[in-house]
Amino acid sequence: MLAQAPLLEMIDVSVSYRARAGAVPAVTGVSLTIHEGEAFGLVGESGCGKSTLGMASLGYFGRNGRLTGGSIRFAGQDIAGLTQQELRRIRGPGIGIVYQEAMSALNPSIRIGAQLAEVAIAHRGLSPRQARLAACSMLAEMQVPDPERIMAAYPHQLSGGQQQRAVIAMALLPRPRLLLLDEPTTSLDVTIEAGIVDLLAMLRRTHNTAMLFISHNLGLVGQICDRAAVMYAGEIVETGKVQEMFAQPRHPYTMGLVRCIPRPDLPRGAQCLVPIPGQVSAPGDRPTGCRFGPRCEHFSRGVCDRAAISLEAIDPHSTVRCARAAAVAPLPMLQRVDGVTDLREETLVAVEGLDKFYALRGPAKGHVVRANQGLTFEAARGQTLAIVGESGCGKSTFANVLMGLTAASGGRLRFATIDLARLPLDKRPAALLRDLQMVFQNPDETLNPSYTVGTQIARAVRRFGVVRDRAGVQARVRSLLSMTHLPTSYASRRPSQLSGGQKQRVGIARALAGAPKLVVADEPVSALDVSVQAAITELLLNIQRTQQTTLIIISHDLGFVRYIANRVVVMYLGRVMEVGAAEHVFEPPYHPYTEALISAAPTIGARRRRIALSGELPSALSPPTGCPLHTRCPRKLGAMCETEPPPERMAQDGHRIACHIPLADLARMQAAAMPAHVAPQQVG
Amino acid sequence: MSDIGIDVAEVLPTRSFAWLRRIGHSKVAVLGCAILIFWICVAIAAPWISPFPPNQTIRSMALPGTLAPNGGVFWFGTDHLGRDILSRVIWGTRTVLIYAPLATALAFAVGVTAGLLAGYKRGWLDALLSRLSDLVLAFPALVLYIIIVAKFGASGLNIVLAVTLASSPAIMRLTRGLVLALRGRAFVAAAQLRGEPAWRIMFIEILPNASGPLIVDACLRLGYVVITIGTLGFLGLGLPPPDPDWGGMVNETRKFALVFPHMVLFPCIAVSSLVLGLNLLADGLRELVTQD
Repeated sequence: MLAQAPLLEMIDVSVSYRARAGAVPAVTGVSLTIHEGEAFGLVGESGCGKSTLGMASLGYFGRNGRLTGGSIRFAGQDIAGLTQQELRRIRGPGIGIVYQEAMSALNPSIRIGAQLAEVAIAHRGLSPRQARLAACSMLAEMQVPDPERIMAAYPHQLSGGQQQRAVIAMALLPRPRLLLLDEPTTSLDVTIEAGIVDLLAMLRRTHNTAMLFISHNLGLVGQICDRAAVMYAGEIVETGKVQEMFAQPRHPYTMGLVRCIPRPDLPRGAQCLVPIPGQVSAPGDRPTGCRFGPRCEHFSRGVCDRAAISLEAIDPHSTVRCARAAAVAPLPMLQRVDGVTDLREETLVAVEGLDKFYALRGPAKGHVVRANQGLTFEAARGQTLAIVGESGCGKSTFANVLMGLTAASGGRLRFATIDLARLPLDKRPAALLRDLQMVFQNPDETLNPSYTVGTQIARAVRRFGVVRDRAGVQARVRSLLSMTHLPTSYASRRPSQLSGGQKQRVGIARALAGAPKLVVADEPVSALDVSVQAAITELLLNIQRTQQTTLIIISHDLGFVRYIANRVVVMYLGRVMEVGAAEHVFEPPYHPYTEALISAAPTIGARRRRIALSGELPSALSPPTGCPLHTRCPRKLGAMCETEPPPERMAQDGHRIACHIPLADLARMQAAAMPAHVAPQQVG
Repeated sequence: MSDIGIDVAEVLPTRSFAWLRRIGHSKVAVLGCAILIFWICVAIAAPWISPFPPNQTIRSMALPGTLAPNGGVFWFGTDHLGRDILSRVIWGTRTVLIYAPLATALAFAVGVTAGLLAGYKRGWLDALLSRLSDLVLAFPALVLYIIIVAKFGASGLNIVLAVTLASSPAIMRLTRGLVLALRGRAFVAAAQLRGEPAWRIMFIEILPNASGPLIVDACLRLGYVVITIGTLGFLGLGLPPPDPDWGGMVNETRKFALVFPHMVLFPCIAVSSLVLGLNLLADGLRELVTQD
């Protein structure tokens, strides 16, 4: 197969954007080839030029972009010399594209069927009748339930996963030879993401479609792709076969990325996340020599900063752009050092039978959404409790009840000695407000764009009455900034001058202003780049160790949760499925739902056998009877699961699993499903 | 623990309203600004630059360019009562540039406060304020002005109150929409979790972030108010004579307009150019705000 002419061939491609300040070289001197039927991955942090390069393969450079060098050949045709009309024959039938945001890729006012048929009519010249049939069979191939119904639906009536499947169907309808996937699963839940990954693998087998897969998620690229290139600051720094490259990275940047990712397949404590220092330098501001130089631990003056470094072949499959490639050995994986946690295990938060029901208004009047139902768990002082589950499982509702943004419908939520379940925010005493603070998900919304960082932190300091005099407040602001590893000069900056990770740090500093007892973090790292995720994760751990703050972390990222949490609560459709210490929850026996979540999480380690959850999350309006999971459970026993609520089974040390299957049976089944690699393998 | 906090590229600090500082980047905004500044200067310098007292009867029905008895020139001619039109246009600038900003400012004070309350508090307050604004908006604005001014008499204060009543609902709608988009942001939740009072969240956390579109709207609305004041003057509901007022000047002389078009032409040009300046400024600012 490799002997054939490549399908997509980029030689020395450079793309620049015109900006007010002059030309911005987004991509410089990139060469890559993709053969028929091959899946090629493009990884790197945001701002490295991945998407620019992907769009360049379609001959698309945007309004102010331009191909400034090199050539792009698709199926032997030079893209640069084509007219718009000729390009149109490549876009679609040659290269199909799947975007990150399915909702914005679909026209909200046209039914899915009509949108799909239009593609088949335009690119395959089918009659409207044939086009509808083709669209319907393509949707069926996407494994959506009831394709006819989906055809008649408008985009907003579909779930995120179904929308993305419709977009993939649309991209595949003209029968492209290459499918360009730009972060296709980033906004989806892990379980849905796993379904899409399986679908892509199947499509590759049946259609022999080549893929260019752009992602910041190394785990996903490892699962989908054969070969991959790592991009940094507009150039490729390493290429190779994915499994080899992630197991034995040769470029310091790849090594850095690999060390930033929590590995759910390794025992807890076997790994310490090491963030990459600094940030990607702006295109106009790249250093001479190695662009990664300023952030590299192996940087050597006179060797790395002299002249541009070329991409050298290491073996027939791999290339690396590092002047010291021969000398650079991957640093050993650091053992994680856990602080001494308070062994008294004093309970700080106790949740008992907490309910939160929403009565719907409008057309669905009379229906009740049971967002939280009988939640029962505890969080010990000074520990980290993680609440995990797919979106819509009620984890954020719980946070809102805890923070006082909404009142519970029943049950108790005790914080220290106070019952918070029905205590709204405006009835809470100032001391309680100070003790309970929150870190938010989206770094772009967490800070007020109108005020400087210092003003915002100072406001929180004053509000909580930690110190009152001017000098004292300023000193406290400075100490909070350095606690979150930000230079104190950042106090005078505005949020628009900070990167995402820096904004998140300021958000953490603001939450810590009154030395809270409990900090709730709602998806604190999910909107950040991998290297920044690692840094924020370490920061949270560090603060917890030094300040003895209790953390409640809400997340869908199991790798992150496993790395950071002492205790884990797994929620599904508003109910607790499993509670326990992190070391118990992540080892069999676990709840079948936990098992599915763990197996769905992409990891750069060995591939696990996937335990698939069938279908999608049922509507919260009419949750299944009996065990809520029975409609999707891979280990469903029978009628009992559909009618009777599952009993709570106690495993050990407060590890509870709500399942009809006896724990011994669960453990046996799950051990059999585990791959052999569970003994920690050697990691690069 | 590494330090992610060090920037490779140091960025220059920007202030809030940074977009206002870039006003020079928009040619349209600069042109609008120049027209506006021209009229402001005319208003300020009226006592020195107007060739005749505005209410003095000198010689009636003089065409533009006629020599005056005292040796001056009636550059814009005189009206049917023999008053110099140029002087009246110059003095009329003061009227419009006092009452239009005053009325707009009051309308914004009311509209923005109502919009903040409706958008932030939601619930019955939002329903009440929204229905009230529907009620006012359901009336044709002109009819509303006529009713108010006819009922309470033509005075500067009544004009200001009428404009406030008629334009604050639209301002409330705009503000409410902006607040709805902002109230769900995490920084608002952070302020709530600090126990900040509602007024502080509305005026200090939310309002500055809605200021761009509001400032653009204020410029446009100032233009409408200039036209409104002109219209009221034209309908005889403006400021009581004899003090010059552009709309009133057109009203008083419209009977002669077919024979002596200069009597209505110059006040009309004055109104149009001021409104044009404000609209250009609004367009330019909109460009700058959306770039931000």
